[in-house]
Amino acid sequence: MRVTINEESCHGHQMCAIAAPEIFGSDDLGNAVLLIEGDIPTDLQGKARRAEANCPERAILITE
Amino acid sequence: MQRPVEDLLTDYNIMDPDFVKDPFTKFDHIRESQCPIAHTERWGGSWMPTRYEDVVAMAQEFEIFTSRGILVMPPAPGWDEGPYASVAAPPITSDPPEHHWHRRLILPIFSPQSVAKYEQGTKDLCNSLIDEFIDKGVADAAGDYAQHIPVRVIATMLGVPLEMEEEFTSWVRGVLEQGMTDPELRAASSRKIISFFAEQLADRRKNPREGDFISELTQAEVEGQKVPDHYILGVCNLMLVAGVDTTWSAIGSTLWHFAQHPEHRQQLRDNPHLWPTALEELLRVYAPVTMARIVDRDTEFQGCPMKAGDRVLMTFPAANRDPRQFENPDVVKLDREHNRHVAFGSGIHRCAGSNLARLELRVALQTWLERIPEYSLVDPTAVTWAGGQVRGPRRCLVKF
Ligand code: HEM
Ligand code: SF4
Repeated sequence: MRVTINEESCHGHQMCAIAAPEIFGSDDLGNAVLLIEGDIPTDLQGKARRAEANCPERAILITE
Repeated sequence: MQRPVEDLLTDYNIMDPDFVKDPFTKFDHIRESQCPIAHTERWGGSWMPTRYEDVVAMAQEFEIFTSRGILVMPPAPGWDEGPYASVAAPPITSDPPEHHWHRRLILPIFSPQSVAKYEQGTKDLCNSLIDEFIDKGVADAAGDYAQHIPVRVIATMLGVPLEMEEEFTSWVRGVLEQGMTDPELRAASSRKIISFFAEQLADRRKNPREGDFISELTQAEVEGQKVPDHYILGVCNLMLVAGVDTTWSAIGSTLWHFAQHPEHRQQLRDNPHLWPTALEELLRVYAPVTMARIVDRDTEFQGCPMKAGDRVLMTFPAANRDPRQFENPDVVKLDREHNRHVAFGSGIHRCAGSNLARLELRVALQTWLERIPEYSLVDPTAVTWAGGQVRGPRRCLVKF
């Protein structure tokens, strides 16, 4: 599983980092940054899906 | 006395005491009708979308639904006269392209990393407020507690005297509460806020200091230019107005909720890891803020003929209760897994202070529940609410 953030539509709600702090962090402006490059470990995949389901801007894309 | 509402779809009244007390059944009625975007002629006229999809779509369409006017009421006559007429409340009143730098300049002080430094101070403040009433066995959770927290945090950030707390609060209520139905008071309160910050700014120019946000703004540059004074005054105006009533309302509503739900207090004691998810759920259900937009040009939206200059309410609290988006939306489910709530708005105006607001809400609730784990409402019917732009309890007596 891979995760990408659409920077155009991310407006920094930080709900991804609340749902999955291991995967998402924040830049200086409060927008999302990915903390894991490449494949998301199996034990974090549930959290990645939850982060996606909590982003009000639908800025997170998950590819499996 | 306000004329009774005949038909919610064509005559809603957001200031009606019955609406303020329980807007949710009214939102439901409108949302499930053939006309989920209601209209009223009251208070200068406005449109009210109630479906999640519509509210979000409108918030995203910033070229048509502009932020030239963001209050749910029309401005007072003469509001655009006088020495501070050009002072607005950037970035909330800004549209692109200016909105971009107006917002960029304040975002860094509100990132999760930056606001973390207010945690300990907020906790100490909450404890000292509780010390005042814990031995009495009763307290006003809104007036003795929630009300005092955000205003002091903001005053600390801006570097303005904490002793002026009462004045700040009364100015903000003059703009957002009593001022809703009294445009003169609203304009007068805004002028007080802006003249206060004008004095603060002049003082910092004369005696430069370090470490507070107003001082930082006096030193900041945008594309090689000093930041203009009317922008600094506008931002300070906004931080006070946007940061105080909103957060205090969220803290108050949540304490009101916990007072009536011992099972939820227990659930969090047993599962402290649920706190972050629980806070988002409480923000969804008790979203305090409704904003507005002004229609730029004649447009048809979902079959509604909107005219240039019309006001549209950004009914985030209604969107958050839409069953098309949230399963059993009226049920508070502290472990709700899918929650794209829009309590902090949607799109380019997403609440810049959301990370600070979350911190204040979390610390205020956790500190209260640690010290006062068991409490209940003295009289559920005696709780009073403010509504319109910002909804929350204003008097909420509890016993413990
Ligand atoms: C629970 C508390 C709060 C809620 C529910 C809330 C809600 C909102 C909402 C819905 C918006 C979007 C406005 C729009 O779409 O027109 C907004 C904008 C804003 N809020 Fe908050 N707010 C809260 C606390 C705060 C705090 C503590 C601050 C900081 C002191 C703050 C500062 C701002 C600013 C600066 C904007 C404008 C952002 C922009 O236009 O780019 N808010 N807020
Ligand atoms: S929740 Fe969505 S919009 Fe918010 S920071 Fe994360 S990716 Fe960005």
